[in-house]
Amino acid sequence: MFLIVVGGGKVGVSVTRTLLALNHEVVLVEQDRARFERLEEEFEHRAIYGDGTELYVLERAGIKRPPDIVVAVTGDDEDNIIICQLAREKYGVGKVVARVNDPRNEPHFDLLGIAPTVSATSMVLALVEHEVPQHELVHLLELRKENLEIVEVEISKESSVAGKRVEELRLPESTRLISVMREGKAEIAVGSTELQAGDQVLAILEPGREVELRRVLLGEKARV
Amino acid sequence: MKALIIGSGRVGSALAKRLVDVGWQVVVVDESEEALGRLGEGWPGEFHVGHALEIQVLEGAGIRDADAVIAATDGDNTNIVVAQVAKLRYEVPHVAARILDPARAEFYSGRGFDVVSPTGTAIEELTNSALGSQPV
Repeated sequence: MFLIVVGGGKVGVSVTRTLLALNHEVVLVEQDRARFERLEEEFEHRAIYGDGTELYVLERAGIKRPPDIVVAVTGDDEDNIIICQLAREKYGVGKVVARVNDPRNEPHFDLLGIAPTVSATSMVLALVEHEVPQHELVHLLELRKENLEIVEVEISKESSVAGKRVEELRLPESTRLISVMREGKAEIAVGSTELQAGDQVLAILEPGREVELRRVLLGEKARV
Repeated sequence: MKALIIGSGRVGSALAKRLVDVGWQVVVVDESEEALGRLGEGWPGEFHVGHALEIQVLEGAGIRDADAVIAATDGDNTNIVVAQVAKLRYEVPHVAARILDPARAEFYSGRGFDVVSPTGTAIEELTNSALGSQPV
């Protein structure tokens, strides 16, 4: 494959190195002169100096061929958006991958149809959330195109659903349980699956249904 | 008429003052608090400090009921993204972006917002000026 990577920071460099080791053809674009010179020592002619949001720089990198994938991993979200728009809409690049530096900018990438995006901050946060003891409901995966998400809920001792079968639950609309993990062993959740305190349940749902799901699965006995 | 002006540099601040002079309600957004100085003493409009890519900043500045959004920061890419967000997400009736790079200016024209390219204008006028010096 032929790829253009824009942004020669830690992410861009690691991606480039790995792709080259897998025998792909890669051109790496970096706009900081000093950083470019260090990259040139390692990547030689595969490193290109310039602002990757400038058309002539992208063209020098070979975007007119066009590449199979353009990877936009600069430290500026607006630059990553523009790089992806230019790649796809002007040069007909089939696939773009963009880095989101500030998770608050993610709606802009969505709005402009730039996907997939990778946000280190969001991923780290999700992992931290996962490690926090006594977590109740953790977001594991967002399927943004499908408008669905997968969450994990741990059934507490106080929960009214402990001892109940899945088919007895009054789950919110557009919500399904996927699996139940008990003592390190996961099983697909079916109607007859009985929930117990301590179970880790995976559920798929429409974003926004978390509160209802939390109420159903974690609602205390006395209150239900 | 209510206008949101993003970027209070030389262009944004002068534009803001002109619109206020003709009776518009003007809200200026800039990353730096010092940029308020460019609007002069007794600036009658609003001034918000923040990055215009942040939805909270845009909404705090009243983008939802703005009649016009003008993206005039010194960053072409910021202006292009802000203009698209204003047009597509908030459906602001009139949106304009300053884009210095003539190549990007051309690519982003015809997308429902005005593209103003000072560099393109300068190239054109300087070319005309040079050609005008030729003996006929």
